[in-house]
Amino acid sequence: MRLHRLLIALTLFVLIALPAFALQPPTGQSEFVPVESLPAADQLPAAPLLVTAYAFVWIAVMVYLWSIWRRLNKVEDEMRALAQKAPHR
Amino acid sequence: MRKAFGPIAVLAGVLLVGAPFMVARAPYESTMGLVQKIFYFHVPSWFAMFTAIGVCGVASLIHLFRNNPRADRIAEAAGEVAVLFGLMGLVTGPLWGRKSWGVWWQWDAKLTIALLLEMTFISGILVRKYGGPGSDKLAAAVGIFGLAVTPFVYEAVNIWRTIHPLTSVVPTLPASMGAPFWFCVAAFMLLMVLLLMVRVNLGKRQAALDELYLAYED
Repeated sequence: MRLHRLLIALTLFVLIALPAFALQPPTGQSEFVPVESLPAADQLPAAPLLVTAYAFVWIAVMVYLWSIWRRLNKVEDEMRALAQKAPHR
Repeated sequence: MRKAFGPIAVLAGVLLVGAPFMVARAPYESTMGLVQKIFYFHVPSWFAMFTAIGVCGVASLIHLFRNNPRADRIAEAAGEVAVLFGLMGLVTGPLWGRKSWGVWWQWDAKLTIALLLEMTFISGILVRKYGGPGSDKLAAAVGIFGLAVTPFVYEAVNIWRTIHPLTSVVPTLPASMGAPFWFCVAAFMLLMVLLLMVRVNLGKRQAALDELYLAYED
């Protein structure tokens, strides 16, 4: 009878203890390994890239328009200078 | 053409101001997230470049075989505008790729041939600037060559295996992404037409100045 009780107690202990062992968290990191760089997805936020892309488009258009305006002014200045010279000939 | 400039400028302005709002309201892409929104300016800039190349190529053909100065001016302007939009594509693409692929640049077929196309039209500008007499004909030949290469640039992702998204993403866009995309395409096309008109006008004034110099020398 005593043995029977002992067996039941042991069985209950094993049944309760097993899930407890099974549900243990994974073992902690035992060492740190240095790497040269993080994966790209971890180190780069998307917003600055997006803003840079859109800003570049606008800046490129503005610079191009400015370059046309400058060249046009140069041509007009030359035409005016030529027109001023022409009557004196 | 001069009469059309005002309405085109107003329409382009409205679309370009509205474009960022349309893009902001567009949904995020499932795998790339926020950075995928570069697509709404990146692809339209290539569309605008290809259209400018088409104009440049046809005008170059006309100038080469009919010796037409007006066509030459249009080819020169379109070549320059093509370089501008190509530059936008080549800068916005790596910004997108850095986040999506983990690298700024990949020497795969699509990216390499797109870079070569840009360099072809830069060489056209350099030929005109430093080529001396007859450089307009040489630049016209470069423009025609660029036009011939363009279909390969567009189809590169379908011909060769590359990391670049396929051309099939555009026709299969859901309405929520398609609406802002085509809105941006319209804005970029109008911007391209506008810049082309301004640049052609500059060419016209330069030709008038050259004629004045010739008359003055006579």
